Amino acid sequence: MDENLVEISKMSFQHESGKIVFQDVDIAIPRGKVTAIMGPSGTGKTTLLRLIGGQLAPTSGQIQVEQQVIHHLSHHELYQIRKRMGMLFQTGGLFTHLNVYENVAFPLREHTRLSEPMIRTLVLMKLQMVGLRGARDLMPSELSGGMARRVALARAIVLDPALIMYDEPFAGQDPISMGVLMKLIRTMNDSLKLTSVIVSHDVQEALSISDYAYIISNKQIIGHGTPQSILENTSPQLQQFIQGLPDGPVPFDYPAVPLAEDFLGEGLNV
Amino acid sequence: MFNQLALLGAWGIGNLRELGRSGMMLFQVVVARPNIRKGFPLVVQQVYSEGVLSLLIIVVSSLFIGMVLALQGYHTLAKFGATQELGPLVALSVTRELGPVVAAILFAGRAGSAMTAEIALMKATEQLESMEMMAVDPVIRVIAPRFWGGVISLPLLTMIFNITAIYGAYLVGVQWLGLDNGVFWSNMQSSVTFSTDVMNGIIKSVVFGVAVIWIAVAQGYYAVPTSAGIASATTRSVVYASLVILGLDFILTAMMIGGW
Repeated sequence: MDENLVEISKMSFQHESGKIVFQDVDIAIPRGKVTAIMGPSGTGKTTLLRLIGGQLAPTSGQIQVEQQVIHHLSHHELYQIRKRMGMLFQTGGLFTHLNVYENVAFPLREHTRLSEPMIRTLVLMKLQMVGLRGARDLMPSELSGGMARRVALARAIVLDPALIMYDEPFAGQDPISMGVLMKLIRTMNDSLKLTSVIVSHDVQEALSISDYAYIISNKQIIGHGTPQSILENTSPQLQQFIQGLPDGPVPFDYPAVPLAEDFLGEGLNV
Repeated sequence: MFNQLALLGAWGIGNLRELGRSGMMLFQVVVARPNIRKGFPLVVQQVYSEGVLSLLIIVVSSLFIGMVLALQGYHTLAKFGATQELGPLVALSVTRELGPVVAAILFAGRAGSAMTAEIALMKATEQLESMEMMAVDPVIRVIAPRFWGGVISLPLLTMIFNITAIYGAYLVGVQWLGLDNGVFWSNMQSSVTFSTDVMNGIIKSVVFGVAVIWIAVAQGYYAVPTSAGIASATTRSVVYASLVILGLDFILTAMMIGGW
């Protein structure tokens, strides 16, 4: 069995608007590990997950998932491979017209012909894993942000996928929910033998639970390695991101005309 | 000058692209292999939410339209001593024109707008994307049942509209203004034919149904996923649908008028 579940090689991606998001990016997601992909906001981390999930196609280069080039698959093959992927969206993406139980049961009802007692057992097992077996009758509007993500997590793993992708799982969470999610991501990865990809800009949290990390900035990978080696890396770009320094290789100021021109130039009509 | 020309070109290309991808979506919905076990309950659910829940507005407005038509028609016909023609007047105007057109416009306002807003909000809250990542095609799971639900509902609503409007005219013409009951119904029966008048109205409503629902689902599915985007998609859904209904009505009438 190949060591890497996802392999991205020489991948470039350009939006329809012409904005280049990635240029010659190489990423390998090792099987059975938690890999963090970090970077400042707007660097295309979510776009990367969409590329892995086959919702977008790279402009050049290739993305392989389980040795299959995801953007060359037919519609049917793509949907088959997606059954082995789970994705946790930032907002959870729960169906608002279904309660917690039905949300988790949704993929089972769509893809299997299991009997009702079997579905019930599977759904309650997954809800138990995220600690929300008691919340099965609640509607998504009655859940807190952290709970909604846990339900979405239960739904993402209900078909026992090989790969699970988390889009900013810690964004906007209180410390308790954050701790719960961190613990869940790590323990689920180990107990269910999953491969996890976490996209996040919460450096400390993501590094503390990951086995390997990639840092993306300005269309490229600016560093990768084990969390320890990332923290010890002396590159100014990496250090600015890890320590959250306001100014550095990523400038504080948005590119603008020189200060003197704005305040003392011809444009000043006083 | 060139800039304006370029802007016009860009606008044209943008609109054509939008029409093209909406057309692709419609094609996907129509050619999708039906899955009776999963699809049928979803279509029934949509017939309920689009059709049954639109009943009240259809029944109330058709009743009043029939009543007004009878009132206006009676007083105009009375000037020529032709009040016995009230039945045919009402029945023909309702089955040929008012029934399909007004029912479709009301349907666009009641069900079409709700559908656009629902689909657009599902998109904004990442529900459609998460469905896609669960290997469930949203075009098949969300769009197709809504489409077929609407295509089934609108002709049924139009038939109900026709019946209630004629009943409203009967209430005013016969019960209130004193026209003879037998004259009202027998004249109507002798001048309205099922195969042309009634059926052509139903054919119109099927065409309007396809147009309204297509516009509603496409506007929702391709809406910009922000609050302003959802608001403008919902507005566009109703405005485009109303204009398309009126335009198509003229074309269909021109095609059918020979048979009338």
